[in-house]
Amino acid sequence: MKSLRKFVDKIKPHFSKGGKFEKLHSTFEAFESFLFVPNRVTTKGAHIRDALDMKRTMIIVVAAAVPALLFGMWNTGYQHNLSIGMEATIWENFVFGFLKVLPIIVVSYVVGLGIEFAVAQIRGHEVNEGFLVSGFLIPLIVPVDVPLWMVALATAFAVIIGKEVFGGTGMNILNPALTARAFLFFAYPGWMSGDTIWIQGLKSGEGVIDGFSGATPLANAAAGLFENLPSTWEMFLGTIPGSIGETSVIAILIGAVILIATGIGSWKIMLSMAAGGLVMGLLFNLIASNPFMEIPAWHHLIMGGFAFGAVFMATDPVTAAQTERGKWIYGFLAGIFAVLIRVINPAYPEGVMLAILLMNVFAPLIDHYVIEANIKKRRLRAKS
Amino acid sequence: MPKVIRIKKGLDIKLKGNPERIIIQAEPSEFYAVKPPDYPGLSPLPKLSIKIGSEVKTGSPLFYDKYKPDILFTSPVSGKVVAVNRGERRRILEVVIESDQKNEAITFQKGDPKTMNREEIVNNLLKSGVWPFIRQRPFHIIADPNDDPRTIFISGFDTAPLAPDLDFILNGDEISFQTGIDALSQLTSGKIHIGVNAVFPIADVFTKTEGVELHYFRGPHPTGNVGVQINHIDPVKKGEVVWTINPQDVVVIGKIFEKGVFNPTRLVALTGSEVLKPRYYRTKLGASVKPLLKDNVKEGNNRYISGNVLTGSKISKEGFIGFYDSQVTVIPEGDHYEFLGWALPGLKKFSGSRTFFSFLTSNNRYTLHTNLQGGRRAFVLTGQYEKVLPMDIYPVQLLKAILVEDIDLMENLGIYEVAEEDFALCEYVCTSKTEVQSILRSGFELMQKELG
Repeated sequence: MKSLRKFVDKIKPHFSKGGKFEKLHSTFEAFESFLFVPNRVTTKGAHIRDALDMKRTMIIVVAAAVPALLFGMWNTGYQHNLSIGMEATIWENFVFGFLKVLPIIVVSYVVGLGIEFAVAQIRGHEVNEGFLVSGFLIPLIVPVDVPLWMVALATAFAVIIGKEVFGGTGMNILNPALTARAFLFFAYPGWMSGDTIWIQGLKSGEGVIDGFSGATPLANAAAGLFENLPSTWEMFLGTIPGSIGETSVIAILIGAVILIATGIGSWKIMLSMAAGGLVMGLLFNLIASNPFMEIPAWHHLIMGGFAFGAVFMATDPVTAAQTERGKWIYGFLAGIFAVLIRVINPAYPEGVMLAILLMNVFAPLIDHYVIEANIKKRRLRAKS
Repeated sequence: MPKVIRIKKGLDIKLKGNPERIIIQAEPSEFYAVKPPDYPGLSPLPKLSIKIGSEVKTGSPLFYDKYKPDILFTSPVSGKVVAVNRGERRRILEVVIESDQKNEAITFQKGDPKTMNREEIVNNLLKSGVWPFIRQRPFHIIADPNDDPRTIFISGFDTAPLAPDLDFILNGDEISFQTGIDALSQLTSGKIHIGVNAVFPIADVFTKTEGVELHYFRGPHPTGNVGVQINHIDPVKKGEVVWTINPQDVVVIGKIFEKGVFNPTRLVALTGSEVLKPRYYRTKLGASVKPLLKDNVKEGNNRYISGNVLTGSKISKEGFIGFYDSQVTVIPEGDHYEFLGWALPGLKKFSGSRTFFSFLTSNNRYTLHTNLQGGRRAFVLTGQYEKVLPMDIYPVQLLKAILVEDIDLMENLGIYEVAEEDFALCEYVCTSKTEVQSILRSGFELMQKELG
């Protein structure tokens, strides 16, 4: 690695102030620190620092999402071949999906990182690693047939309006990946909802076998077509239509284990959101005024984007509640609202996205009251 | 067994270079220094009572703060002032004294503190230069002699990385410790509390001392921090003042009354992965570390620290032991690049999180260096600080209140209860590499200015 280091040191002056490529300073810095942990040492305060940094943090979240991505790629091929009635091996299914999903990932990263690099340069900051995760999550929560230009537009919207206008990673109010999805959902509903968009090629209808339905379990449930609902096992395994990475609860649980084991994702949020969903499901079971309310409460956890939302979206530390007590409340309410929206509002079969975005907005309020309680306690002590 | 306060939050950073329980008489140092930056809250430009070339005795005043002229800072040895080293904006960094190895000392009032009144005791402590050992909460600054503190707190153990074993250091000083406690108890109308480590049998110096109340603690660092103990025993309320002092310094105070002279002798633990034989040395406050390090440090680019790796101050290899320190640490500098360092499995890296595979081998001791290990970022992760701060405080929110200079909010969030050392682990674990301790100090300074 010495020769690489030498090369980096050689070209470094060109990117410094006064150099030829001064305007690319932030970009250079990002790539340099990607290759080499910088040689900066502590100057004040603690002399040693934890080995964990933002890059490590973000790469762990990405690693946790990889199982969902790999499964999603396979499932893309599987669903497509199912729709045209073709037999295919696991490998063929995966390669088909890989080729369909990869462009979405590339577009998401190129657009998002491009904006991040430019903003970092303008602000004179280092490039923040936050988008490494957002850019990976966006492809996982869109249907596979979404046009690439829409992905580009939504990503740009999410990064600029969702994040940078607030000051960048760490300052944003809404989860950037969900902001991108919400943008698509409301701007291009034809590409984000319905029964034909979840499976590659279904919308164009070419070669699709007669009577094949690409409806998601949620759409079926909302329409009251319970006989079309896949088995519990299929929903758990994820061999169902849906957004690319959201279908397999097993793959998502592997990610959850990684996030919880490393301590990067909050188990409190995941657990309380699942609890919130269950409680709301049980409440509906009690009311039971329509068949959707009667499905077993725990089915809500394995349908649609609930698991993915709880593990990867609601746990975003920037947009979630920041106090430990607040995290319980935040997660629980997110679970309640997700199921509430999903069952009550037929226009939005996918309530998870909206529920989490709504709770993102309320997270600071929750924190405020948690902290107020601490302040009140301190005031009382001062009076005694 | 008395009630034990169990603390779960915190983190023990397991470094290589734990000191062996062997005491070595250090060679007498040629130079000594008293360093104004050691004393938080002291003006950066204290008034000098001496000039370069002045002859001083042990206990001679060297400088004082012009707003608090009663509190004297005195020489630990007799000899000649040879330098006043200054930093940026002429702030005084060190007053250096060349020792004449004679140890001529100014004498102060001797006697049993129980028979002396508060004024005599305070006077003795101020004149001899040991008053600055007593620090106060709020703000962790030198105590005001005119205050009547609610209580005095002493932590009887140190949980910081490679910290000296205070039971071992204090062994044999039981009588002076008692005398020191007797003196301190005249300064407060309240109690003197000592926090002791419930993990080991409690040393005689604590159990046999009269006039104190013991509290038993068990847990990882920062359990040994006096601020954490106060928070669990009786938190500092608005408008209150409590004093804190290290037990080694209680002994020094005791000796003033026993012998009538300022005796700066103390045991200092030489620790860290780059020390060949980490042991305890008998030396003096302010002594140069040069004789300690002679033929005892590994080659290479090292960081020399007076104190521990979390809160100590950086010194040169000929630098001086700080006023409050009983530990010198030597670790390697980390000024090198590491290829894809953030992506490697990291078996040799230590982290408070479980993001490196080193967490599987939890009993290893590590050689850690001074690399910042990442770039500075905005606050992103949450719950990290809370895991290592066993106090009823919202650390991130308090820091943000300081950053936006919201005085009321700082007060409401408990700034009176904390000191930099309590937040040192927060700084260590911070993924965003935030300079937590210096933010906290700037908050203290702002509060002092606003409160007048």
